[in-house]
Amino acid sequence: MSNGLSTEHLLGIKYITADDIRLILDTAKTFKDVINRPIKKVPSLRDVTIANLFFENSTRTRISFELAEKRLSADVVNFSASSSSVKKGETLLDTVQNILSMKVDMVVMRHPAPGAHHFLSQHIDANIINAGDGTHEHPSQALLDAYSMQEQVGDLNGKKVVIVGDITHSRVALSNIHCLQKLGAKVRVCGPPTLIPKHLSALGVEVSYDIEDSLRWCDIANVLRIQLERQDIKYIPSLREYAKYYGVNKDMLDRLDKDIVIMHPGPINRGVEMTSDVADSEHSIILDQVENGVAVRMAILYLLASKRKKTGATS
Amino acid sequence: MKDGRSILAGGRFDLTISRLAHEVVENYPNWDNACIIGIQESGVVLSDVLCSQIAKITKRKRILTGKLDITFYRDDFRMREVPLAASDTELDFSLDGMRVILVDDVLYTGRTVQAALAALQDYGRPAQVELLSLVDRRFVRHLPIEADYVGITVDAINDSYVKVSWDQEAGDHSVILYHNQSQQS
Repeated sequence: MSNGLSTEHLLGIKYITADDIRLILDTAKTFKDVINRPIKKVPSLRDVTIANLFFENSTRTRISFELAEKRLSADVVNFSASSSSVKKGETLLDTVQNILSMKVDMVVMRHPAPGAHHFLSQHIDANIINAGDGTHEHPSQALLDAYSMQEQVGDLNGKKVVIVGDITHSRVALSNIHCLQKLGAKVRVCGPPTLIPKHLSALGVEVSYDIEDSLRWCDIANVLRIQLERQDIKYIPSLREYAKYYGVNKDMLDRLDKDIVIMHPGPINRGVEMTSDVADSEHSIILDQVENGVAVRMAILYLLASKRKKTGATS
Repeated sequence: MKDGRSILAGGRFDLTISRLAHEVVENYPNWDNACIIGIQESGVVLSDVLCSQIAKITKRKRILTGKLDITFYRDDFRMREVPLAASDTELDFSLDGMRVILVDDVLYTGRTVQAALAALQDYGRPAQVELLSLVDRRFVRHLPIEADYVGITVDAINDSYVKVSWDQEAGDHSVILYHNQSQQS
């Protein structure tokens, strides 16, 4: 039997082991059964309080975490920076310590500053889950992507995955690269040279600037969003030009004439990263990713909560 | 833990299983709205054995059966050093209006059964739930839970440990009582 996770926080995929990843994915399988039952709830976390702290906008991740928490019967408090004292000048540590003094056990946080979660984990007594920190990591997305890939193609060892698009500004890309490599997959990134970090090959990934060649090479293509909100200068001449050279379209897939899995972490810009007929095609598993997100996040919460012993309890 | 003492084995073991099956059949004339549910993991082996015996006695092709995993319903979550790995739940029918026989191998504190009753509720509202246990350790209950069908009653002290051992290939099953080492010396 497994000994549980090697960590008390999920700060990033870089800091967990391959065994941790496999344990989370295996546990998620049983939670996927739970969320497909008529009654989609189990009482495991009924004595756990979780704070969702979102210092950045989010729809999918936030709803997904909240559903996962509620389906594990945890008590949930929500916080978003736009409607809080952060606007009045409170520091991150003060904000979180105030929330924790209301007896919160776990913190799910999204923050624009890379490393904000590391900083917090050194100062507060709560399990911290990174729901995205700037352009750094988005571990729960990488785990649900890996889970969705496994559902389609089985064990990822030796499988070929290409990550397409805005690699520089994507926390999903970095977490995916770490996660896939730990599971033994071969990873390639593909995008315009301006959107691929200079020394990315140091991570052991292939770099390509040719979308058709990359699609031919891979079993799975994870297509990322162009993050205009993070681009302070012009990295690409226009969205139209990006769509022309790096957008995935149906003709391309028809020409390949092979089984290929197309993924997208959302939100999707139809007509830019991929055309609508690709997003809605039989190759696309975008909606499966969203469903699996809840199961994977339930597994993360469940396994981290079990590291948090009840005070005064005997084993 | 030293080697245990066998307290039920061989022909007597088979006889006990056969008696339990007959007792159940006596109370269940109609199997259209009844099912047998084994609690993961050790209760499932017993429920499989019982199901095949009951099918033989009633001359039915199939008895409705399921497996119930109670990991997420346990009340000792976060008290253990290592989290329990969950097993599969296989219950592909609704329990609404069903007569359910819950099966576990050893009834000890009653906490497993309590968790199983909570888990059952998430699959519908059974008309009735009965409990069958091969071994009843009757002096160590933490909760007011009793079995309706009991194979063997064991009056063991708290530090003892009772295990049902299944050898499906040889057909050699037994109930073994282990004593804590500190008590033997």
